[in-house]
Amino acid sequence: MNRYLIDRVTRHLIQLLVGLVVALILIFLGYLIWQGRHQVTWTFLTTSSEVGLGIRDQLFNSLYLLVLTLLLSFPIALGSAVALTIYAKQNIFTRLAQMAIEVLSSLPSIIVGLFGFLFLVLKVGLGFSVLSGAIALTFFNLPILTQSMILALKNVPTSRLEAGISLGVSQWHVLLKVIIPEAIPGIISGIVLSAGRVFGEAAALIYTAGQSAPQLDYHNWNIFSANSFLNPLRPAETLAVHIWKVNTENIGIDADKISRGAIVILVVVVLLFNFLARRLSNYLQQKNGGR
Amino acid sequence: MKKQLVIGSLFLLGLTLLAGCGQQKTTSSTENTTKSTKVIAVGSTALQPLVEEAAKKFQTDHPKTSINVQGGGSGTGLSQVAQGAVTIGNSDIFAEASQGIDAKKIVDHQVAVVGMAPVVNPDTKVKNVSLAQLKQIFTGKITNWRELGGKDEKIVVVNRAAGSGTRATFEASVLKGAQAVKSQEQDSNGTVQQIVKSTPGAISYLAFSYFKSGIQPLAVDGVQPTAKNVATNRWQIWSYEHMYTQKKITSTTQKFIKYIQSSRFQDTIVKKLGYISIHDMEVVKDAHNQVSEK
Amino acid sequence: MNLVELKSPSKEIRQDHWGKILCYAATGVLLLLLLTMMYFVFSKGIRTFTVDGVKVWKFLTTSQWEPTSTTPKVGALALISTSFLTTILAAVIAAPIAIIIAIYVVVIDTKIGTKLIQPIVELLLGIPSVVYGFVGLTMLVPLIRRSFGGTGFGILAGMLILALMILPTITSLAIESLRGVDRSYWNFAYTLGGTTWQVITHVILKIAAPNLIIAVIYGIARAFGEALAVQMVIGNTIQMPINLLTPTATLTSKLTTDIGNTVAGTLANDALWSLALILLLMSLAFNLIAKRFAKRRVKS
Repeated sequence: MNRYLIDRVTRHLIQLLVGLVVALILIFLGYLIWQGRHQVTWTFLTTSSEVGLGIRDQLFNSLYLLVLTLLLSFPIALGSAVALTIYAKQNIFTRLAQMAIEVLSSLPSIIVGLFGFLFLVLKVGLGFSVLSGAIALTFFNLPILTQSMILALKNVPTSRLEAGISLGVSQWHVLLKVIIPEAIPGIISGIVLSAGRVFGEAAALIYTAGQSAPQLDYHNWNIFSANSFLNPLRPAETLAVHIWKVNTENIGIDADKISRGAIVILVVVVLLFNFLARRLSNYLQQKNGGR
Repeated sequence: MKKQLVIGSLFLLGLTLLAGCGQQKTTSSTENTTKSTKVIAVGSTALQPLVEEAAKKFQTDHPKTSINVQGGGSGTGLSQVAQGAVTIGNSDIFAEASQGIDAKKIVDHQVAVVGMAPVVNPDTKVKNVSLAQLKQIFTGKITNWRELGGKDEKIVVVNRAAGSGTRATFEASVLKGAQAVKSQEQDSNGTVQQIVKSTPGAISYLAFSYFKSGIQPLAVDGVQPTAKNVATNRWQIWSYEHMYTQKKITSTTQKFIKYIQSSRFQDTIVKKLGYISIHDMEVVKDAHNQVSEK
Repeated sequence: MNLVELKSPSKEIRQDHWGKILCYAATGVLLLLLLTMMYFVFSKGIRTFTVDGVKVWKFLTTSQWEPTSTTPKVGALALISTSFLTTILAAVIAAPIAIIIAIYVVVIDTKIGTKLIQPIVELLLGIPSVVYGFVGLTMLVPLIRRSFGGTGFGILAGMLILALMILPTITSLAIESLRGVDRSYWNFAYTLGGTTWQVITHVILKIAAPNLIIAVIYGIARAFGEALAVQMVIGNTIQMPINLLTPTATLTSKLTTDIGNTVAGTLANDALWSLALILLLMSLAFNLIAKRFAKRRVKS
C-alpha cells in the first residue's frame, strides 16, 4: 500500500510545484504587462519612432529579422540534424560535431555581435543591415535549433526507417514521408525556442542590425530601394534593441514609457508566435494521419 | 505529397538564400564605392542621440544623403575610424588619451560639451561636497555619509567602466592620478541612474542630461552643476564630444559636421538634448586636461 | 526489364544519394560557421599571451585587472570563479524545476502541460535580457538587501535571475528528452504493477538521463554566455566571490561592460577576447565532465 501513497503524494507535490512556478512566471509577466498597460495604444503601434514615440518599425523589423533568420538557419539545422542522427554512423566525428555545437552555444551574444560587426558589417561589406543581423543570429541560433531537432529526430523509433528500407523505399523517402512529419512537434518547439531568443536578443544585434530604424515605406516593394521595408541591406533596430537603447542611453523623459510599452508588445508577439507555431504543429500532425 | 513539397521547397529556399547572400555581398560593395553620399558614424553611446537627431534633420534638407548612426562605444568608434572602416568615429575621449590610437592619423571635430556631476541617492541627505572630499570618497578614504554630515550610512561607490570617456573625465578632474577604490563599474548612463536611484547610500557620476527625479546631483565646493558654470570652467568636470574622421573626407561628411557645429544647430538641438553648445564656452581644454582662456 | 536498367542505380538509390549530399552539405555549412567563429575567438583571444606577453598561468591565477595602468595587470581568476559559481548555482536551482515541469508535461497531465504550462514557460525566452536586468535591479536587489543585508548586489541576485532565464531552455529540451522514451517501456513497467512514480523514477528518468544531461548543459551554456542581465545585478566589481552577497563580476559581465571602450589591438581589448576564449574552454570542460558523468550513471 505504501508505494501507492508515495505515488499520490509525489504526484500532488509535482502538481503543487509546477503550479507555484507557473504562478511565479505569470506574476512576473503580469507585472511587466501591468506596468505598460497605458502605453499600448493604436498610435504606439502604428507610428514611427522617428516622428514620435511609436514602435511600428521596430515591431516590423523584429518580425522581418525572425523570418530571415529562420530561412537561413532552418535548412542548415534540419539538414545537419538529419545527417547527424540518421545518415552518419555514430563515430568520433559526429560526437565532435555535436560537442562543437554544444560548446558554441555558450558564446556570449556580444561576441557573436562583435564577430558580426568586424566580419560581416565591415569586412564583407554588408553594413549595418537586416542581413548582417540575420546571419549573426543564425550563428547564435544554430546550436539550440540543431540540438532540438536532433532530439526530435531521435525520438522517432528507428523501426520506422528499417520498415521503410525493407519495403524497398529509399531512406530519403522515409525521411520526408515518415520521420520528419512524425518529428514535427519537436521541430516546431525547437523553432519556438530559437525564435524566442531572436525576439529577445539585443547584444548581438546592436553591432550588426544596428540601432537605428530609418522610416520605412510600406508601399515600396522594390527590395533594392533604400527605404523599402523589404530591403535586407538597410539598418534595422528591433524591439529588444529599442528597449535596450531607451533603457541605457536615452535622454528623453519618455524612455520609461516607451520601454514599458515595448515590453508588453514583445510579450504579446512572442505569445502569438508560440500559439501559431503550435497550431501549425497540430495541423501538420493531423494531416499526417491524426497521430 | 504536399509535405514533401513543402519541406523540399523550404530546403531549396534556404539554400538559394544562402547563395543569394554571396551575390548580394558583391553588389553591396560596388554600391558603397559609387554612393559617396553614404556616411557611417559609429561609437560613443553618449553622443549617439545628438548625432542621430542631427542626421535626421540633415537628411530632410539633403534627401539624397544617407547617414547611418550607430553606437558601439568610443573605443570601437576610434578603432574603426583610424582603420578607415567607418566615416566618423564618435568619441567621448580625446584620441590622444586613448591607448593604441595614432591620434595624428585622424582629425578631431568637437561638436558639443558635456558637463558631468556626482550624483547620490537622495536619502544620504548630502547636497554639497568639497573636491577633496569627493576624491576621498572615490579613493575609499571616506566610507560613511556621516563623515560628510549626512545620514549614518555606508557609501556605495558606483564607478564607470574603465576606459570610458566619462570615467576619464572624472578621474582627470577629481582623482588627479590617484587610484580609484575597487568598486562596482557600470557602462551605461541609464543603468547608473537606475542603480543610484534604487540603492541607499549610492554615489556615482552622470552627464547633466541624465539628472532625473530620484537622484540628487551634488554641488562641489558650493558650485552648482549648471551649463553656465561649465562655460566659465567654475564647474571643472566636463569634456568635449568628438567626431573623428580620416584626414580626407567627402564633401557630404564635411557638410554634415559643419551643420552640427553651426550655431543654428548648437543653439537649438544641442541645448534641447541637454548638451552644452561649443560656442558658449569661454575656455578651451586640451587632451592633457589643461584649461586656458579662449 | 533489361540488364542495363538493373545495373544503373534505381530512382530510390539516386534519391538517397542526393538526400545524403544535401544533409551533409548542411552539416558542412554548420561546421564551417562554427569553426569560423571558434577560429575568430581563438585568434583574438590568444593575442594577450602571444603579442602582449602575458603569462597564461598568471592570467589564470591572479585577480588584478588594470590593463591600462603603467604596470598593466590582467588576471581572470575572480571572474572565472564567479562565472563558474553563479552558473552552477543557477543550474542547480533551474534544472530540478525544469525536469519536474517536464515530468508534469510528459507524464502527469499531457493536455494541460502542452497546451498551457509549456507555452507559459517558453514565453520567458522572448523577454530581452535587459528587462530581466532592470526587474532584477528594481525588485530583486532591494528584496535581497532588505532580507539579508549588504548592498543586495552579488551572486545570489545573479544566480536567481539566471535560473529564471535558463529555465525555459532546460524545460523545453527536457520535455523532448522525456518524450523520447519509448512508450513500450512505460507500458511494460505499468503491467508489472509499477505506480506512476515508480515508472518515472525507475524507467523514464533513467532512460532519458543522457539527454537530460544535454538539456542541462545547454542551460549552463546559456547561463555562461548571458551578460546584460547579470551585469546589472551582480555588482560588477572584480573581486573573489567570498559569499553570495558580495558584489563581484563574471567573465561576460566584464566583457560586455568594457569592450566598447577599448581600442582594438591594445592589451585592454585583447584581454577581453581572452575572457571569451576562456569561456569557450570552460564550456568545453563542462561538457566533457557532464558527458562522462552521464555515461557512468547509465552504466550503473
